[in-house]
Amino acid sequence: MPIPTDCKYTKEHEWIQVQGNSGTVGITDHAQESLGDIVFVELPAVGTDLTAGKSFGTVESVKAVSELYAPASGKVVAINEALNQTPESINKDAQAAWMIKIELSNPAELNGLLTAAQYEAYIAEEK
Amino acid sequence: MRYLPKSPADRAHMLREIGYKSIDELFAPIPAEYRLTRDLKVPRQMAESEIIDFFRACAEDNASGYAVFLGAGAYHHYRPVVIDSLISRGEFLTAYTPYQPEISQGTLQAIFEFQTMICELTGMEVANASMYDGSTGSAEALMMAVRVTGRKGAVVARTVHPEYREVMLTYTQHQGLPITEFGYLENGRVDMADLEKKITADTACVMIQSPNFFGTIEDVAAVADLAHSKGALLVVSISEALSLGVVKPPTEADIVSMESQSFGVPLGFGGPYAGVMATKEKFVRQMPGRLVGETKDSNGKRGFVLTLSTREQHIRREKATSNICTNQALIATMATIYMTVYGREGIKELAQQNLAKATYAANEFAKKGKILFQGTPRFNEFVVQTKQDPHDINNRLLEKKTIGGYPLKRFYPELGNAALWCCTELNSKEQIDTAVQAVGQ
Amino acid sequence: MSDKYIKKATRHVNQNEDLIFERSSPGKKGYRLPPLDVPEVDYKQALGQAARADLGNMPEVSEMEIIRHFTRLSTWNYAIDLGMYPLGSCTMKYNARVNEVVARLQGLAEAHPWQPEKVSQGALRIMKILADCLLDITGMDAITLQPAAGAHGEMTGIMLIHALLKSKGNPRKKILIPDSAHGTNPATAAICGYAVENLKSNAQGMVDINALASQMNEDVAGLMLTNPNTLGIFEQEIHKIAAILHDKGGLLYMDGANMNALVGKTRPGDFGVDVMHLNLHKTFSTPHGGGGPGSGPVACKKALEPFLPKPVVMSKPDGTVGLDYDRPQSVGRVRMFFGNFGMHVRALAYIMANGPDGLRQTTEDAVLNANYIRKKLDGTYELPYKSASMHEVVFSDHLQSEKGVKTGDVAKRLIDYGFHPYTVSFPLVVHGALMIEPTESESLDELDLFIDAMQSIAREVNEDPELVKTAPHSTRVSRLDETAAARKPVLRWKP
Repeated sequence: MPIPTDCKYTKEHEWIQVQGNSGTVGITDHAQESLGDIVFVELPAVGTDLTAGKSFGTVESVKAVSELYAPASGKVVAINEALNQTPESINKDAQAAWMIKIELSNPAELNGLLTAAQYEAYIAEEK
Repeated sequence: MRYLPKSPADRAHMLREIGYKSIDELFAPIPAEYRLTRDLKVPRQMAESEIIDFFRACAEDNASGYAVFLGAGAYHHYRPVVIDSLISRGEFLTAYTPYQPEISQGTLQAIFEFQTMICELTGMEVANASMYDGSTGSAEALMMAVRVTGRKGAVVARTVHPEYREVMLTYTQHQGLPITEFGYLENGRVDMADLEKKITADTACVMIQSPNFFGTIEDVAAVADLAHSKGALLVVSISEALSLGVVKPPTEADIVSMESQSFGVPLGFGGPYAGVMATKEKFVRQMPGRLVGETKDSNGKRGFVLTLSTREQHIRREKATSNICTNQALIATMATIYMTVYGREGIKELAQQNLAKATYAANEFAKKGKILFQGTPRFNEFVVQTKQDPHDINNRLLEKKTIGGYPLKRFYPELGNAALWCCTELNSKEQIDTAVQAVGQ
Repeated sequence: MSDKYIKKATRHVNQNEDLIFERSSPGKKGYRLPPLDVPEVDYKQALGQAARADLGNMPEVSEMEIIRHFTRLSTWNYAIDLGMYPLGSCTMKYNARVNEVVARLQGLAEAHPWQPEKVSQGALRIMKILADCLLDITGMDAITLQPAAGAHGEMTGIMLIHALLKSKGNPRKKILIPDSAHGTNPATAAICGYAVENLKSNAQGMVDINALASQMNEDVAGLMLTNPNTLGIFEQEIHKIAAILHDKGGLLYMDGANMNALVGKTRPGDFGVDVMHLNLHKTFSTPHGGGGPGSGPVACKKALEPFLPKPVVMSKPDGTVGLDYDRPQSVGRVRMFFGNFGMHVRALAYIMANGPDGLRQTTEDAVLNANYIRKKLDGTYELPYKSASMHEVVFSDHLQSEKGVKTGDVAKRLIDYGFHPYTVSFPLVVHGALMIEPTESESLDELDLFIDAMQSIAREVNEDPELVKTAPHSTRVSRLDETAAARKPVLRWKP
């Protein structure tokens, strides 16, 4: 699956798509593939303040738990409630299965994230 | 050595295959200065008959065949013989934790049935596969309430089993979880006014026991209302599981921590027993311990697996809900068989017999001493206050092969010469009359 | 599927059986109570509001059905009584039947924990003799039998360390734990309020002494070490490890999970361990029972003794055995009453059946068996660490993974061959680990059958990898959908 160029990426395999001052966050297709069948997602409450690089939740497969790391700092303004009922939608289309929307408090942080091309090179190297 | 299935020739052959000359070479990784060159100081190798003789002598040195009026967290009930007959099957006895579901369906289905029966009895939505016992289960319940609420601290009734309270203190001492205790009233129930004073915005849970340590059945709904109005959870601890045959289940609780020893588990000088935790579905991911879930195999056939394992230590390590690994599966299986034998009608009938015996005994004791905590319902335990020190009474009873009630002075000095008596279906009228007579002397 | 290589096992019919609730119908009974010899009490009147309406969906079945139900269920389990159970670090050894007989003697099985000491001398004596045996086996000074399982023992041990350090002024902040450790170790440290710091293994699979020296400082309370470690390798520089900790005022905790490699041959107390737990359900043969009960006594050096959980079993001047509750520095009680006494009885019966010579021979046979398997399977499966093995050996699925077959698949195929799988994917330091612990309980014939099975499976991986990847083929259920179970948990039966 091609890596969307309208997003930025973390080395922990989160994507963030920015529109104005708002960012939508999920995990990458590469991440869902290495996790395997996802059975549960734990997300923060709306209103939580996140710090870039810090954990904001977890994603679980049957036999593993992975932390989710905030690509940027800001306040959580929405969470994808549907993931409670259908965590498998992340396996089906990780790019569509967004997790949280945040109001960015320091958009300059985005400059430190990977571009699609950089991320592609990064995961190629990881393999 | 009779458990070792190898001949000297087998050992020599294996060493040759490995390429070693002697057994000592296998132990070469242990630095020479740390190798033990003497025999261990343990009893010499004994024949099976000698072992049985030794333990039989020990058993006879214990009160064997005495009438027992002790309860207080460990209850003397009849154990149907099918329990030991079934759990002695090697496939239950000598199996490991069912991590390989294809060859562990027996244990898994039995535990699934256990979880279901515990839900039915406690009125909760989910139950786990077992905890070590009621005391550690209570400590785990308290820590779970902290995870659910994000608050730090608990308010625990003084009428919770004193050793459960000691265990809770031990478990929570390094976690910054202050435990405050609240008192009881003259009717034996918790002091709601005291609870209201002690509950704060930091209280994760209120914990009560029902029937409580004095045998009094609490007004669970009232305590739940108060706890919930302050944003705290209610944990109800049950140490006499058989009470659920006649006592309304604590459905208003958020977590129920129960000791299931009464269900076919021998007194065994205090263990092994089996705790179990039950709760609402919405809290299941904060629950400690193993859980069995139903699923299907690749051909669509029903089967069972250990599930939601990501809560547990082998996956989440230092972030796990608990460090518990080995639990009490065989004891839970015993309890499942017991609950099956008595079932929907028998558990009730048996509980009614316990209630009748305790009621008769309390009425008789009332003629010789004072029954404390009157006016509230009880199950099979009651407190008798006497003029004489209950230790003296108990010494007298020992001569009649009777073990009297538990003297309460150690934990409740304010009650004076009081003892906690328990009567189950195994206490005959004759035994009760003998005990009453000794108290009156 | 192909059965052509399978020697140990064959298929046979087994019975289907519903859930007990599905066999229930009103009016069936599996019990009869004796007539009541005191006046009846109307419970609804006596309890009022607190009275229960009914018992919902609790089953109603006859005794015959109960026997068949649980007997049928039991036949769906694998068990040591059926064959080898090579689970690494689990020590699935023979559970002697005499243990079960003595634990059920009336005076022991029906003893109330709070009956007076003078009529509990038999039980207390058993605990005291067992305690003394375990002290000599471990080379320690003091012991508690109270912890109910291994992880519970770990918690007790780490609390002892915390209490001792606190009494000296500073309980410290961290516990070091090797990357090869069981998950219970870090989970335990967390309960005791310690942060966990990972300690890397070296290329030999042992503690990296230099890393330990650089990580050890006055913030570190201690190290939790399993020895032999989970790779089955004895930490040969254990004395240096202990010295590094002790020099900086830290303590050495030993997880006794692998004590089956050491009993009668060496003693942790002699090689620098300060506190450790034993798993009576591993080393001392008390049955696993499908996941418990266990028992996890904790033995320690003199300096830690004042902090042991109360009560402590002790000999009294008059020659009787008693319980000492007067221990002001105790960490508290970790369980009500005195622990899993029934397991204490069984463990002592095991020690008596062995004697000093039997215990030593047991350890030797356990190590011999593991090394025999290692020798025979080395090459067929990759051996990632070449250091000498003690009682267990860890291979990896490196060679098989080229065909897309993983350790979990080989394990499942082993089921078709009549064996329980080995421990899969642990320790975490080995990618695709196969962790094999035969114990002393296996005969040469059973070992050869196991080796033959493992070699056959390796052949199948090359000839027909799908056969292995879809195993087991001979069980009453095939691979179960664990994903569905976790996504939509069904944790109880509903009508």
